[in-house]
Amino acid sequence: MAEFANLFHGFATVLAFQDVNIFGTTMYLPFNVFIMVVGIVLGVIIGVLPGLGGANGVAILLPLTFSMQPTSAVILLSCIYWGALFGGAITSILFNIPGEPWSVATTFDGYPMAQQGKAGEALTAAFTSSFIGAFFAVIMITLLAPMVAAFALRFGAAEKFAVYFLAFASFVGLSKEPPFKTLAAMLIGFALATFGTDHMTGSLRLTFGSNLLLPGFDFLIAVIGLFGIGEILLTMEEGLKFKGKDAKINLRVVLQTWAKLPQYWWTYLRSCIIGCWMGITPAGATPASFMSYGIAKRVSKNGKNFGNGEIEGVIAPETAAHAAGKSALLPMLALGVPGSPTAAVLLGGLLIWNLQPGPMLFVENKEFVWGLIASMYLGNVVGLIIVLTCVPLLAAILRIPFGIIAPIILMFCAVGAYTVRNSFFDVIMMLAFGILGYLLKKTNYPLAPLVLAMVLGDRAEEAFRQALVGSGGNLGVFFSNALVSSIMALGFIALFWSVISAGISRVRGTNTATAG
Amino acid sequence: MIQSKRNSLFVAAAALGVALSGTPAVAQWEPQRTVEIIVPAGTGGGADQMARAIQGIVAKHNLMKQSMIVVNKAGGAGSEGFLDVKGSAGNPHKLIITLSNLFTTPLGTNQPFNWKDLTPVAMLALDEFVLWVNAEKPYKTVKEYLEAAKKGGFKMAGTGSRQEDQIITAAIEKAAGVKFTYVPYRGGGEVAVQLVGNHADSTVNNPIEAVAHWRGGKLRPLCVFDGKPLAYNDKIAGDLAWSSIPTCKSQGLDVEYLMLRGFFMTPDATPDQVKFYVDLFQKVRATQEWKDLMNNGAFNTTFMTGKEYVEWVSREHTRHLNLMKEAGFLAAN
Repeated sequence: MAEFANLFHGFATVLAFQDVNIFGTTMYLPFNVFIMVVGIVLGVIIGVLPGLGGANGVAILLPLTFSMQPTSAVILLSCIYWGALFGGAITSILFNIPGEPWSVATTFDGYPMAQQGKAGEALTAAFTSSFIGAFFAVIMITLLAPMVAAFALRFGAAEKFAVYFLAFASFVGLSKEPPFKTLAAMLIGFALATFGTDHMTGSLRLTFGSNLLLPGFDFLIAVIGLFGIGEILLTMEEGLKFKGKDAKINLRVVLQTWAKLPQYWWTYLRSCIIGCWMGITPAGATPASFMSYGIAKRVSKNGKNFGNGEIEGVIAPETAAHAAGKSALLPMLALGVPGSPTAAVLLGGLLIWNLQPGPMLFVENKEFVWGLIASMYLGNVVGLIIVLTCVPLLAAILRIPFGIIAPIILMFCAVGAYTVRNSFFDVIMMLAFGILGYLLKKTNYPLAPLVLAMVLGDRAEEAFRQALVGSGGNLGVFFSNALVSSIMALGFIALFWSVISAGISRVRGTNTATAG
Repeated sequence: MIQSKRNSLFVAAAALGVALSGTPAVAQWEPQRTVEIIVPAGTGGGADQMARAIQGIVAKHNLMKQSMIVVNKAGGAGSEGFLDVKGSAGNPHKLIITLSNLFTTPLGTNQPFNWKDLTPVAMLALDEFVLWVNAEKPYKTVKEYLEAAKKGGFKMAGTGSRQEDQIITAAIEKAAGVKFTYVPYRGGGEVAVQLVGNHADSTVNNPIEAVAHWRGGKLRPLCVFDGKPLAYNDKIAGDLAWSSIPTCKSQGLDVEYLMLRGFFMTPDATPDQVKFYVDLFQKVRATQEWKDLMNNGAFNTTFMTGKEYVEWVSREHTRHLNLMKEAGFLAAN
């Protein structure tokens, strides 16, 4: 197995000792491991701050790596990315504020768990799931890199739309909410996604002649408002109480949670597969987390309890998001197509370091590619250790009285919203989204479909229109080959699942009736 | 989300990056605070890569006392960035790197800005365009390709709408009497992969966007849209180098197109201030890192400043106006 020989060579690269000059003292240490730790810690901080995403963190630090060895540079940047993936879960669980788009689904059960005093458990489950998802994806990259790259090439516009359609459909069809409320929320999301520039024609849509709306609504502003501000408003109404202050704050909670996790092996496996699929196609980590959550909610025997603090509701999205986040790097390395915003920034980095992503990278820059893959294995382990040791510390934050922590959260939200585009208008929009979020929660409309539609709406629209432009307006393009037809068929089954399953049980019911 | 930027961290990062160094202060004017480079496009694209490379070169070689940050303002096909610079008259700490959307966005969307609103600094390079087809396809020359295209139904994938790729496509249609279905995508990398996966029949990708697939034997270059063949002789795919690709004109397809990679300052910048940045970019161009970047992307390394640059930009503006008018890409009213 040439892959294994290459991988061990990669480990050797990462673990190699070299003379390092730090603050004037020369030390002999495994430099790549050192920057791995630095990268993860930086990444976790970036992930925790709302609005400051992994893509931004990597973009900001990119020029600093200009003078480093390419292998060290990519280890630093990819570890920031891994760290941000871990960090995004922290604020989602503690404060209902997703630090990253893909941790939105983690709030659905993670935050209720924290309110019930199970913050430590939720954090442990989230971190461990991230680790497992990522590990699964890295193993897949190691073993299947050439095959996966060839598979990704089969995805044209029609196939991409089919994947988005499947993500939407599985959310509507598999959700336990009333389907029309889900649809209504989703349509609001689609409407919000249309603001700004129409990428297909280059013309401006719904800007009302104002430059403020040129870039459209930033997803992060909406999420910070809908979830963070909306939650603070709800808590204020309920009498300024901050629930969950009786969280256990010792490391034993980690072990206790771990003991519970193996029974969810099927959820893990399913989420890993969903994540890898979405990462490669490349739809990305956000739809992967939503889809995994939606399916887990439907098929789990505890499905009814989802949304009220079910640990499985944390496991499913976190596993899938991280499997997707890691596997998204594969199309970037093998084809030069980034599967996520962060991968897009890393792609720019590769070019600056004189490395040309594409099929030849695996042949000509073996040391770099396998060094990176080896660093994914090690970075994951290092990351898990770092974040798990922080669990008690993080859970203890919930002991701070609401009266003190709420203004701090509000301030962080406002700063986060402002810095997305350095625009005060965004802070106002964040507050407006907060009120919208509060109203929707009060009237029992689900927020998740709105967010999903807002994130993927314009991408799905683009793929749909690209496919139709290519086919001359013929809708048959969505059923033109086996691949796209089967994804579309899956989508329709998911969409009408409740009708279908009702039909099946009725047939079964009739059978038993006749038998009896 | 991609284009969002964090100022505080920027400053921190920049502070880290700019080492404490000697000061070769000669110019009469120099920046008093952090210099902002606006990129009117998303992260990861050609202009963004160039801006970040310059940021890295300036920091690594201590070419400037103050630090430099890159800010993406991509909204409204780049008008967010251009309008920001236009509205910052007299601020000498803000520059913008341009793509062809300096011309195409105001013409195609009626956004209220024009290159004349800005102060020209320098052209750093010109980006080339190459006609690519999938290597499995039988046509090996422009002539064979155009004959196949005349039968109709050819899909041309490209970056953006009513921007450089679509303008070139329209120019080919006009010059060769063919008709393409143009399908817009967001980024050049995605466009190249659509061609590799046979979801499109041809593209006009920049060299850097398609070179990996050429080396991998998946794509074939037919011709380059420049007046003369590219100047890079390193072997890339088998015995072929960038210089082996014939010009389109020599193959009977009379279309030329190059994209500006240049800098502009805010309105009312003084000659002293412009001179500082021209000198700075001269120093950047002398570094090995810059030469590597040019080599990787097979750029046309023409450098222009002053009157020459203004005339070039003015000519290009007129050319874009005509090309877009003919193609029907101008905004209504």
